[in-house]
Amino acid sequence: MNREDIQQLAKLAQLHIADDQVDEVTNRISTVLALVDQLSAVDTEGVAPMAHPLDAVQILRADEITEPNVREQMQAIAPATEDGLFLVPKVID
Amino acid sequence: MEWETVIGLEIHVQLATKTKIFSGASTAYGAEPNTQACAIDLAMPGTLPVPNRQAFKLAAMFGLAIDAPIARRSVFERKNYFYPDLPKGYQTTQLDEPIVGAGHVDITLDDGTEHRVRIHHAHLEEDAGKSLHEDYHGMSGIDLNRAGTPLIEIVTEPDMRNAEQAVAFAKKLHGLVVAIGICDGEMSQGSLRFDVNISVRPKGQKELGIRTETKNLNSFKFMEEAIELEVERQISVIESGGTIRQETRLYNGDTKKARSMRSKEDSNDYRYFPCPDLLPVILDDSFLAEVAAAMPELPEAKRARYTGDMGLSEYDAKVLTGDVATAVYFDAAVNAGAIPKLAANWIMGDLAAFLNRQELTIKQSPVTPAALAGLTQRIDDGTVNSKMAKAVFEGMAAGEGDADTVIEAKGLKQVSDSGALEKIIDDVMANNTQQVEGYRAAPEDKRAKMVGFFVGQCMKASKGQADPKQLNQLLVKKLNG
Repeated sequence: MNREDIQQLAKLAQLHIADDQVDEVTNRISTVLALVDQLSAVDTEGVAPMAHPLDAVQILRADEITEPNVREQMQAIAPATEDGLFLVPKVID
Repeated sequence: MEWETVIGLEIHVQLATKTKIFSGASTAYGAEPNTQACAIDLAMPGTLPVPNRQAFKLAAMFGLAIDAPIARRSVFERKNYFYPDLPKGYQTTQLDEPIVGAGHVDITLDDGTEHRVRIHHAHLEEDAGKSLHEDYHGMSGIDLNRAGTPLIEIVTEPDMRNAEQAVAFAKKLHGLVVAIGICDGEMSQGSLRFDVNISVRPKGQKELGIRTETKNLNSFKFMEEAIELEVERQISVIESGGTIRQETRLYNGDTKKARSMRSKEDSNDYRYFPCPDLLPVILDDSFLAEVAAAMPELPEAKRARYTGDMGLSEYDAKVLTGDVATAVYFDAAVNAGAIPKLAANWIMGDLAAFLNRQELTIKQSPVTPAALAGLTQRIDDGTVNSKMAKAVFEGMAAGEGDADTVIEAKGLKQVSDSGALEKIIDDVMANNTQQVEGYRAAPEDKRAKMVGFFVGQCMKASKGQADPKQLNQLLVKKLNG
């Protein structure tokens, strides 16, 4: 891991890391990755990737409407709303 | 240089479930903003998704329709990116273990040739919400009603070579998902959205050129325009010495222009990983049997049935199966005893014209399939001739009852009783003695033409109700003396 990797990761995760902290974060994450390296050393040849730690199967639900309109409650805790919409800083794609 | 275009499609199909893929909130279109967005859709802390069984069923039906294997085990992954219409910060989707494996869709091109488009796979995922960028004081408005609507994303192989093939495939796919009832097909409401991957290469070259992706086309016309525009652009870039950038593009159907949305270099690394909130979904034999039992007849099988036993032309079968509601109507009419060929003619002719004038859909037709069946029977057994049949149809359309009721009420019975016909003929001959003499004096080869005059007179006398075939026979016999 180098500074650029950390900065790119921070960007993807939408985290702000101050310039003077980047070196420290880089070091710490590298330490964590060293632990992952130990896992990688295990021979997993022929072992199917695990999708979930529980040996269980997903329950499915029936296609029936069970959720009422909760707009009022949800918008009461939103920073900004208008015409029933949640307002967010302008996004342009 | 001669160029070859290579096209592959990704199609997002909204599944026709009542509720979302991971919550029990309604998916009905057109509701007030955010009235169908529950705590799960909004990614409130402490919520857990529970998948909708029906979404799996509809996705599996698509697999059967394209002759693809259905995965008995499928796994959801998180595709991570930040966008305000995706409250969780990731889209729950499938990657390595999608529900539908490889299949194919065969299309027929305008020149009659068949072309196979291979489907790489189709996976289940959730739709995002909607962002409205209009003026909210410099902010964007977010409506999360659509967030969590179940989708299948269908990914084709790069098997299309021009816009015509791509559009033919898109139309076929649209017809298919509507016919099997997994999608309402309302493209203007975003129920089906096409992403088109396009590249060009010198003809004969094996390796593919660099492709661009034009996203979110929601009409066949825009799709055709966008492909033609992009192919032209790529060729002109390359021919003037440039290179194609791998990028995502947006086509604007109003301005007929496309623009680059984002280039792949600064695109997201989605950092997929298995979703810890969801266990693997296992579909067992009884589930798959239920899916198979729910499969309606596929349009191709329907067409074969129409052109086979029923004896319809390829054209008739294509028109009737081109629209699900029309095929349902036709089948109902035939089940009610309609003569298939006659029913097909009426449905595509007078009924279609009438519904068009009244701005009604075939589902709203005041002439029921059973009523139309009755009319075809009365035409077939000679009770009414084609001209009278139109009057009967008008009566039925005006709500005057079924065919027999209208025939009775309007006195529209065709006269095929030979006694009655003979009387009409005798009267006409008695009133036109000169013409009768002229006929009898004429040489044999001229006579056939002269019969027309008498047919017309007799028809008029019968108020159009004479059986034309029988009238003709009797008339010739009498005229020849």
